Amino acid sequence: MQAVMEKRALELLADGTVNRVLGWTAGEFIYDVTPAVFETAEEVQNGFLYNDFCGANLSKYLVKESRKEGKILVFLKPCDTYSFNQLLAEHRIIRENVYVIGIECYGKVDVEKLREMGLSGITGIRKADGDFVVETIYGEKTVKQADAMAERCLACKSKRHVVYDELIGEDGEVVEDCNRFDMVEKLEQMTPEERFAFWRGELSRCIRCNACRNVCPACTCEQCVFDNPNSGVAQKAAASSFEENMFHIIRAFHVVGRCTDCGECSRVCPQNIPLHLLNRKFIKDINSFYGTYQAGEDPNAKPPLGTFTTGDREA
Amino acid sequence: MNETLIPYAGVVTKITGQTPDVKTFRVEAPEGGKLFEHLPGQCAMLSVPGISEAMISITSSPTNKDFMEFSIKKCGCLTDWLHAMEEGQMITVRGPYGRHFPVEDELAGKNLVFVAGGIGLAPLRSVINYVRDNRDKYGRVDIIYGSRSKDDLVYYDEIVSEWMNTPDFHVHLTIDREQEGWDGHVGFVPNYIAELELSAVNTCALVCGPPIMIKFSLPNLINAGFDKTQIFTTMELRMKCGIGKCGRCNIGNKYVCKDGPVFRFDQLDELPDEY
Amino acid sequence: MKYCDLSKFYDLLLAISAKQSLYVPVNTKGGATWGRYREGVELSRATNTVRSAKDFFFPQTENLMEFKMEGKKIDVIDTREECEDFVLFGVRACDAASFDILDRVYLVDPVDSYYKNRREHGTVVTLACGRPTDTCFCQTFGIDAADPKGDLTVWELENGYAFRANTAKGEALLASVAEFLTDTDDAAVETAKTQIRSILQKLPLAGLTTEGLGKGLTKELFDRPEWASLSESCLGCGTCTFVCPTCQCYDIRDFDTGHGIKRFRCWDSCMYSDFTKMAHGNPRVSQLERFRQRFMHKLVYFPDNNDGIFGCVGCGRCLAKCPISMNIVKVMKTMSKGGNK
Repeated sequence: MQAVMEKRALELLADGTVNRVLGWTAGEFIYDVTPAVFETAEEVQNGFLYNDFCGANLSKYLVKESRKEGKILVFLKPCDTYSFNQLLAEHRIIRENVYVIGIECYGKVDVEKLREMGLSGITGIRKADGDFVVETIYGEKTVKQADAMAERCLACKSKRHVVYDELIGEDGEVVEDCNRFDMVEKLEQMTPEERFAFWRGELSRCIRCNACRNVCPACTCEQCVFDNPNSGVAQKAAASSFEENMFHIIRAFHVVGRCTDCGECSRVCPQNIPLHLLNRKFIKDINSFYGTYQAGEDPNAKPPLGTFTTGDREA
Repeated sequence: MNETLIPYAGVVTKITGQTPDVKTFRVEAPEGGKLFEHLPGQCAMLSVPGISEAMISITSSPTNKDFMEFSIKKCGCLTDWLHAMEEGQMITVRGPYGRHFPVEDELAGKNLVFVAGGIGLAPLRSVINYVRDNRDKYGRVDIIYGSRSKDDLVYYDEIVSEWMNTPDFHVHLTIDREQEGWDGHVGFVPNYIAELELSAVNTCALVCGPPIMIKFSLPNLINAGFDKTQIFTTMELRMKCGIGKCGRCNIGNKYVCKDGPVFRFDQLDELPDEY
Repeated sequence: MKYCDLSKFYDLLLAISAKQSLYVPVNTKGGATWGRYREGVELSRATNTVRSAKDFFFPQTENLMEFKMEGKKIDVIDTREECEDFVLFGVRACDAASFDILDRVYLVDPVDSYYKNRREHGTVVTLACGRPTDTCFCQTFGIDAADPKGDLTVWELENGYAFRANTAKGEALLASVAEFLTDTDDAAVETAKTQIRSILQKLPLAGLTTEGLGKGLTKELFDRPEWASLSESCLGCGTCTFVCPTCQCYDIRDFDTGHGIKRFRCWDSCMYSDFTKMAHGNPRVSQLERFRQRFMHKLVYFPDNNDGIFGCVGCGRCLAKCPISMNIVKVMKTMSKGGNK
């Protein structure tokens, strides 16, 4: 896969279709890949990497990158294409400055899950018969692919690319039985007290690092309400538990109907707070109140919260 | 144990309008007298609890034994609040913070040139009045002070009635553009420096004002023969603690709150260009 | 050197916790974290906690003082209280070294009395690292994971734990649980140390050096072009700062409780866009400047002001937690190479 992607990147740079490539670059280890912009063939040859750890959604970088001179090539996984489309719908990405190559994806590995299994001192990971063999300084261990996969990938909603200029690999289908609302249903069945206790337990760990907000493709405001110095809550550790709740609840409200459920918020949370559950609750409610709607699926679709019909539910 | 972050409460006993957007606040301890001693160029953290806290230079001279003064331009949350305040209101003050102008060391016995623009005169006023009260310790004094208009000159009454009448004090006022009722010099401060043909011999210059004024004044002082070791300035960056711990006011390895705010220009050259 | 058999170890912890608050690393949904020890609590086997133990001395938020406002009058209320004694059991060598770095900020004149209070009342019990991991690089900064500092050092042996007091506080703690301890020689501990050190040599980052970094190098490093590519994908979040054991920047804010004003301090991050923002401008306009500040501070400015000591202890938290996997190791390698990566 990487070889094909790299070849296409070099071709498109060489023929002048694009002047930059947005992809991932290798780190110290197999798992610590970083999003990067490559400007020359040499940079691509030296640094471009695609592997099972390239989970970061590159769409949001295009808000800035598509406003620079020239056209940029971006590699998008199926879930990333939904974010891209949603940003197009919100006029945050300049489409003609981006060349999208959709890349097939069967789920990404979460190194944290490997660590939770007690694997430490990881020096390498190789594939063998569909499983992962994790090499560590303490020895090797074979891990089933599903056990190593990121939570969000286990509940993948779609393997279909909703936007692309060309595809590498096969286009997939929407996964109808992804069960992504299972946990939301469990929460709905709780009593309000139990639910409050659940969320306090989760949100009390928040350190207000803003990683969830800063990575979120739906959070592209030029200035966030939480960065307004006059709000008294700007970019700071919470003064009270009320603020811990408020930050996340308000943020979830602000992305309602626009969140594509890409799962970046939970991926980046250093405290493992399942923030995506807040967004999924809203998605589930929208589906049941206004009919099934997937943000980002169609950039020209009328969003349910942006339209009104007399048949709309009142509350 | 003493804690520098815990401030004193002080009473604002007098508020004087200086310009349309600058007021001078006189602060005394509730029992009278000063809250603490300081040296010229040092700062204090002023706050209105519930609003915020900010670093402000102490504009009164340490030779004033009765009160401290702060001249504050209206430009944000806290300063808006202070400008709306009435006399008798309390505020909190902590300090003094930072390195002062070396009035007893490098500046002693020297001729002094003060270069200021707008509210930049506030920190220098502390030195100027210190020099007036210790007149025999210093030589000739030149004060070059400019502002956008006559109305924007701070301490105008004091300058005219007191500074201009101090022996061997030479005050050179200038405003940016012609204005009715102004027959003094018109033009920017850096150009005025060039016109004045200052002598750098046995002289130190103290510069404070907007960054653009400082930027263009420096080469003109150097043309006049000043070495960077003879020129001092005072800096301003966002601060929270005032004691080099909260981590935001550094330029390279120096903290403006504790290693400054007063710097000599040759020392600034050692720092990265990030201010 | 003292020894506690595994069978008595949890009784020993219980005995400590009966006299003062005892905190140990425990596993939670959010990963390993510091929790209060009570009977039945099991110690986490994780290499390290997600957040460092700095929270105990420099908490995420803390009240500094209060103000009572009445008409034009302000009462400043000093709300400081003497902290109660507490014990941290299982601090790793890196975190123990981070306290020395925090001390160099908070205990130098003018002393931060809030920090000092907690530091004086806390006893740090370190635990040698039996299973260092791929993100560990404390040895780069001369920290010995096989023989950590702290008031009391503990080694986990096959069937028990060995204890060595390093300070009077450590001695006092050992004396208070003497009934669970027996005397032992250094042999088993020396074997453990040798084993740990042999693992340390095998770590992927074992060869990382500070060459080309350190005091006096502002001019060489500040304008290097690589800052642009290193900071390019930085999200400007505060994850690295908040999981970092040596990051100590803070903000001071006021909070109106309805009955008065609370002035509190909370962690702040140089990665945030408003960190240096003033009414009339911002000296660090883009993420490049903010990113550079964080690493220059740890790798140059801090050493400049502290006898060459680096402001990093190699705990590896930023390696594990940065959302885009940019971290101090990548910065160090790029900058010490003297050329483009």
